[in-house]
Amino acid sequence: MGKNMNKLKHLIAVLLLAPAFALAAGAEIKLDRAPIDENDQASLQRGARHFVNYCLNCHSANYMRFNRLRDIGLTDQQIVDNLVFTNAKVGDLMKIAMDPKDAASWFGAAPPELSVIARSRASHAGTGADWLYSYLRSFYRDAERPTGWNNTVFPNVGMPHVLWELQGEQVMAERKVQGPGFEKTEHVLKLDKPGKLSPVEYDQMVADLVNYMVFMAEPARSSRTTIGIFVLFALSLLFILAYALKKEYWKDVH
Amino acid sequence: MSEQDTDQGKRQFLVAATSVAGGVAAGAAAVPFVASMLPSERAKAAGAPVEVDVSTLAPGERVTVEWQGKPVWIVRRTKEMLDTIRANDSHVADPKSLKKMQPAYATNEMRAIKEEFLVVVGICTHLGCSPVGKFAKQAEAFDPNWQGGFYCPCHGSLFDLAGRVYKNKPAPDNLVVPPHKYLSDTRIVIGEDTKGA
Amino acid sequence: MASAPKEPVQFSGAGPLNAPISGLITWVDQRFPLMSIWRDHLSQYYAPKNFNFWYFFGGLAMLVLVIQIVTGIFLVMHYKPSAAEAFASVEYIMRDVPAGWFIRYMHSTGASAFFIVVYLHMFRGLLYGSYRQPRELIWIFGMLIYLCLMAEAFFGYLLPWGQMSFWGAQVIINLFDALPLIGPDLSTWIRGDFVISDATLNRFFAFHVIAIPLVLLGLVAAHIMALHEVGSNNPDGVEIKQHKDAKGIPLDGIPFHPYYTVKDLVGVVVFLFLFFGVVFFMPEMGGYFLEFNNFIPADALKTPPHIAPVWYFTPYYSILRAITEDFMLVLAIGVAAYSLLIWLTARNQLVKMAALAIGLVVIVLMKGGPLAIEAKVWGVAMMGAATLIFFLLPWLDRSPVKSIRYKGPLFRTALSIFVVVFIVLGYYGTQTVTPAGTIISQIGTLIYFSFFLLMPWYSAMDKTKPVPDRVTM
Repeated sequence: MGKNMNKLKHLIAVLLLAPAFALAAGAEIKLDRAPIDENDQASLQRGARHFVNYCLNCHSANYMRFNRLRDIGLTDQQIVDNLVFTNAKVGDLMKIAMDPKDAASWFGAAPPELSVIARSRASHAGTGADWLYSYLRSFYRDAERPTGWNNTVFPNVGMPHVLWELQGEQVMAERKVQGPGFEKTEHVLKLDKPGKLSPVEYDQMVADLVNYMVFMAEPARSSRTTIGIFVLFALSLLFILAYALKKEYWKDVH
Repeated sequence: MSEQDTDQGKRQFLVAATSVAGGVAAGAAAVPFVASMLPSERAKAAGAPVEVDVSTLAPGERVTVEWQGKPVWIVRRTKEMLDTIRANDSHVADPKSLKKMQPAYATNEMRAIKEEFLVVVGICTHLGCSPVGKFAKQAEAFDPNWQGGFYCPCHGSLFDLAGRVYKNKPAPDNLVVPPHKYLSDTRIVIGEDTKGA
Repeated sequence: MASAPKEPVQFSGAGPLNAPISGLITWVDQRFPLMSIWRDHLSQYYAPKNFNFWYFFGGLAMLVLVIQIVTGIFLVMHYKPSAAEAFASVEYIMRDVPAGWFIRYMHSTGASAFFIVVYLHMFRGLLYGSYRQPRELIWIFGMLIYLCLMAEAFFGYLLPWGQMSFWGAQVIINLFDALPLIGPDLSTWIRGDFVISDATLNRFFAFHVIAIPLVLLGLVAAHIMALHEVGSNNPDGVEIKQHKDAKGIPLDGIPFHPYYTVKDLVGVVVFLFLFFGVVFFMPEMGGYFLEFNNFIPADALKTPPHIAPVWYFTPYYSILRAITEDFMLVLAIGVAAYSLLIWLTARNQLVKMAALAIGLVVIVLMKGGPLAIEAKVWGVAMMGAATLIFFLLPWLDRSPVKSIRYKGPLFRTALSIFVVVFIVLGYYGTQTVTPAGTIISQIGTLIYFSFFLLMPWYSAMDKTKPVPDRVTM
C-alpha cells in the first residue's frame, strides 16, 4: 500500500505541475513585492494621510469608517483634526461627493470604490499589496492616451498619474540586452523628470499608502491573528485532555 | 483488561476535566455570537453625540434633534415659564426629581444644567409615545387649569415644563434628561457629558 | 392497551445531585422515549471496534452542518438579500458587526470544510464498500445529501454578490439553456429575469436559508436512521452481527457511547484546530475558499478575465468543458464499445438487445448528422451524469468482498486511478482553458466514467483475498 501511495503522489504531482511550467513561460506582468509591515503603526498612519490626501477625492471607501482608524493608534480627535476634510463625523463612512455617473463621463469609467481593493487585486501573480505597490510606481508618459499617462501593470488605465508631482515623470525606454548568443530589446521605465521625492522616498511613500490600503481592506486582520493564537492554544490543551480520555476508555477495548 | 483493573478515579477525573474544558470552550465560542447582536459600529455612529447650536432658538420655543434615533427636545424657557414650574410642585408626582431620570448634574428643581434650557428625551415614560408640546397657559380639554407643558396623546399623561410628570397619570416617571454638556453658552452636545460631572 | 409505567432511571456521576437528576430523567422518560433513544443510538448502539481514521468524517460532517446552521442564522441577522445592498451588507458584517468577521469566515470556511469532509467520507465508502448490500439506502440518502449540499453551495455563493458570485451563477444557469425546447424559458424562469438580478438573488436566498436546509436535515436524519437500522460497516467489511454473545451483543461491537463519543471528540478537536487555523490565519486559502474577484461588486457589464467555480465543483466543471465537438466522436466510439461489451458478456437476451438498441440511439444522438444533439448539451448531460452515476455504485460493484483490504489488484488500481483523475480534473477546472488541459480533461472524463461503467466486469474478475470471520484490529 505504502509504495502504491508514493507512486500515486508522484503521478498527481507530475500531472498537476506539467502545465504550470508551460504557463510560467507565458508573458505575465511581474509584480514587485510590497515592502509593508502591518504592525508598523507610523507607516499605517502616514499611509492613511496619503490616502485621504490623494485618493479620497475621486475614490470612495464606502465601507470604511473614519473612526476605525483608532485601530492604527489614532484618537477620534486626531482623526477629525488631521484626516477629515469634509463635514463628515468621525463615525461616518469614507464617502465622496462626486457622483459616479459624472465620474464615469469624465474618466471613461467610474473610479472604483477602494475599501477592499487590496483584497480584490490579489492573484496568483502576487498579493493585492504587490499589485498596488507595482501599479502606483508604473505610470509613464504616453501621448496617445487621453490623460497623457499609461501604466505597465494596468495598460490603458483610465486614471491619470495623480502622484506625478511626487514621483516625477517616467517614460518607456528601450534597452538592448546582450546575452550569450542572443540580443533582445526590453522595454523598461526610466525616470525622465525627477519629482519632489527621490525614487527611494517615493517608493517608501507608496509602501505606506499600500500598507494602509491593506489594513483598510480588512481592519479585523490584526485582531484575527491575535485571537487565533489563543484559540489554537486552547484547542491544543483540549486535545491533550480529549486524547487522554480516549486512551483511558479504549483500554477496555484493546 | 478486566473491569476491576480500570482506574475509576482517573476515568472520572478525565471525564470531569474534559467536560469542564469543553464547557468553557463552548461558552467562549458563544461569546462572539452573542456579541454580534449588540449595536454595530453603524448603530453606534448613528447614536453618536449630537452637537446643537441654540443661539437662534427664541425664548419659549422648542427645537427637536435626533439622538440615537430618539427625539430630544431643547426648550428655551422664559422667566415666566420657570416661575410656573416653581409654583407647580404640588401637582407633580416627583417634584424634587428623586428618581434617577436625569444625570446628577441635572438633579435640581429645573432639571437642567442651565435653568434657561430644558433638555429632555421626548418619549413618554409610560409606553413610549412622543408627547405634544402645549406650552400656552390656557384651559385645555385635559386640564381646565393648564399651566403649560407636554401632553401625551396616547394615554393622557401630562408633564410640566421641567418634564416632571403630573400626579395620577399613567406615566410613572419624569421625562428622561439625556447626558449632555455645554461646549459654550449656546452650544450643547447631547449624548456626552463631562466625566465625573 | 395501557402499558405499565417505565422503571425509574438511576443516574450516577453528579454526587449529591444524583437523586434530583434521576428524578427529572425518570419524569421525562415516562412521558417521552428519552432512555430508549439514548440506548438505541448511543449507549447500546454497537459499532465495530475496528474503526480507523476514515471513520471520523461522518461525525465531522454533522459538526460542520451545525456550524453552518448556527453561523448562518447569525449572518442572516445582518445580511440584506437585495442587489443594491448585498455586497455592502457583507462588508458591514466584516467591519461593523461585533465579531461579524469571525462568523462570516466560519461560514465561508465551513462551506469548503463541508466538501472536504464529505469527499473524504465518500472515499471511505468507496474504500470499504460501505454502499454494498444491505447499506444501499444509506448510500442513496448520502448521495442525496451530497446533491443538496451542492445546491446549497451554489445558491449560497450568489449571496455575497461579488463578481464571481454573479458570473458563476450566470454560467451555471445558462447550462439550462442547453436543454432542448424548454431550455431558454427554463433559465429565464430560474432567474426570474432576463439577467441575474435582484429577483434571482432573493429567490436564491430563500433556497439557501430555508428550502435546502430543511431537505438536508430530513435527509441527514434518514441517513442515520438507515445506518442504525442495519449497523455500521467497518474496514474489514465483515458483518459484526453474525457473531453475537449470549446476550445478543455483537462480539466485535462496542457501545458507541462512551467509546466512539470519546474517540470522535479527539477527531473533533483536531478538526477544529485545522478549521480555526484557516478561519484565523488564512480565511481566503490562497483564493480557493474566498475568491479574490469576489471582492469586486457584481457588474453585469464586465466579466472577470478568468472565472472558475469554487474548488469543490471543479471536477465536474472540467468534465463540462471537456465535451467539445471533436470529442463527440471519441464518446460515440466509447458508447459503441460499451454496448458491444454488454452484448458480448450479458447472459440475458433482453439485456443484450436493450444494450444494442440504447447504444445505437445514443450514438445517433451524438454523431448522427441532422439528428445529433450539439456538444454543449452533451457537456451538461455528462456533468449531470458524473454526479448521478455515484447512485449506481451499490449495483455496479460485483466483487464478492466489500473492503479494499480483501479486494484484488484490479479494483485497487481502478480506485487509485479514479482518485488521481478526480483530483486532476478538479485542478484543471480551476485553470484557464489550454489545449493540453482540455486533452487531459478529456482523458480524465473517459477514465472517470470507465471507473464506474466497467466496474461490473473488473470487480467480478478480480482476484480477491479470503475475508476473515471476525474484524481485525
